[in-house]
Amino acid sequence: MKYLIKKLCTLIITLFILSLLAFSAFSIIGDPAASMLGTNATPEQVAQLRHELGFDRPLLVQYGDWLSGFLRGDMGTSYSYSLPVSGMVLEKLPTTFVLTLMALALNVAAAIPLGIAAARYAGGLFDRVVTVLNQVIMSIPPFFTGILLTCLFGLVFRLFTPGAFVSYAENPWGFLGYLFFPALSIAAPRTAMTVKLLRSSILEQLGQDYIRTAYSRGSSRTMALWGHALRNALIPVITFTAVSVAEMVAGSIVVEQVFSVPGIGRLLLASISSRDFPVVQAIVVILALWVAAVNLLADVLYQYADPRIRLS
Amino acid sequence: MKKRLSGRAAGPTNWFLYLGAAITLVMAALTVLGCFWTPYDPGAMDSLSKALPPCPAHWMGTDNFGRDIFSRALQGMGATLFISLCVVAISGAAGTAIGAVTGYFGGWGDEILMRICDAITAFPSILLALVILAILGPGKWNVIGVLGILFIPSFARVARGEFARCRTLNYVKSARLMGAGPWRIMVRHILPNTAPVLLPAVSIGFNNAVLAEASMSFLGIGVGPADASLGRMLSDGQSYLLRGLPWYALCVGGTIVLLILGFSLLGEGLQRRKPAF
Repeated sequence: MKYLIKKLCTLIITLFILSLLAFSAFSIIGDPAASMLGTNATPEQVAQLRHELGFDRPLLVQYGDWLSGFLRGDMGTSYSYSLPVSGMVLEKLPTTFVLTLMALALNVAAAIPLGIAAARYAGGLFDRVVTVLNQVIMSIPPFFTGILLTCLFGLVFRLFTPGAFVSYAENPWGFLGYLFFPALSIAAPRTAMTVKLLRSSILEQLGQDYIRTAYSRGSSRTMALWGHALRNALIPVITFTAVSVAEMVAGSIVVEQVFSVPGIGRLLLASISSRDFPVVQAIVVILALWVAAVNLLADVLYQYADPRIRLS
Repeated sequence: MKKRLSGRAAGPTNWFLYLGAAITLVMAALTVLGCFWTPYDPGAMDSLSKALPPCPAHWMGTDNFGRDIFSRALQGMGATLFISLCVVAISGAAGTAIGAVTGYFGGWGDEILMRICDAITAFPSILLALVILAILGPGKWNVIGVLGILFIPSFARVARGEFARCRTLNYVKSARLMGAGPWRIMVRHILPNTAPVLLPAVSIGFNNAVLAEASMSFLGIGVGPADASLGRMLSDGQSYLLRGLPWYALCVGGTIVLLILGFSLLGEGLQRRKPAF
């Protein structure tokens, strides 16, 4: 419990610093008043608008204002659409969330059996094939996997229509079906890395003294693996999976572009190119929160898997 | 006997190392070649050979303007590798220096720097780079600067671990007894011994730099149109994917994959190399 509270405190401090940095960076560099009025504005008009929007106040006051608004769910107003940012972001967030969740499910579902099997038959043909495939899949960036999948399943086998996104409201199953290939593209390289890590982690555990003891007590290799080695071997995999989720969130931003999925990544890129900083700022903080929450969850799981941490 | 002289334990052939080195060397040679000579002028539009599929005259086909994709890919590879080289040079030098000092001296400076590194690495680097580039604006030098800084922690962590480990070893103690100062010990004694750990890190750094640059240019936030890197070409190619020019995206993407594969095999091979002692 004490461990968790300590982690939670570090997390809140990190998020606070990150949001402060994001806020000040956007406030200092992107002067919204000038860009909102265009090039014909007189300096007086700009000053007037800055005053109206409150940009002439000290930075910390502005930050406090923004933070209290954010905590109440008010993330400001978009410059380009004059709509509340919270509505724009919340509309797109579920799609990206489902996409990442699906990628995580694929990642775990594929990596754990493959990693265990490769370690169980280490040195055999299956293991070698997996090792080589791992190395190749790791080297294919998610956006190119997306292009390959589009070519193969979209153009050759015609399993889906590239670019024709199905919204959840229209057809829930169609929505999940459309997200399958994007999720696969995001999950593929991380899955290869997880398989590699799990395999070497199991092999390392199988070489430990306690496994030798298990053998001497008559345990078979399979029993030693499932009964003793696996739990210890999964500990580094949990930490790695938390990193994977963060990477998959980043990957979804790129892959949404390939498959034209209207998620938060497309909103982020559109806002970056139109210099709509309140939206960018809100998305950055939300994604940071998300990544931090996953890390916290991993810490909880970690404790569960390794009692030594809980007890110390 | 020969194996012992070479200082390496006997083991299975390290295919990862040889294959990775071979791919990387070929790609590097092609890039250097592309700086001086390309089969066609990369910018020349030939209206007679528009949208040709790969054929002996055009190895990767031509795009919808009649430009030779292979020539353009050679140039794009140059842009991508130049950026990666700068990124790895900046982050490798700075990261090793920071890791060396914090690892060797330890103390609160070490603690603070490692916490900062943790905070940076907790957040995906591509996402951070995207946001910083959103503020700075796109461009080759901005990409180099941002990635160069974001990749520092990965090198700093590796270097720190090695310097902290070597600090207590006998050869360092002997050097200290002989009156060598900390800087001399770090540069002349410990640094050469960190090569087995730093070399794979450099190779993996290249791998990540190529990936990050390609992703950002693919999103249109990386390099400008003037230096067409592979990522930028791929995003062009993607828009022609559904219009009957699939080889554009496939060939350019294949080039990116080969580059990354070379570096990742090399890194894996270097890690698998058995140490001399």
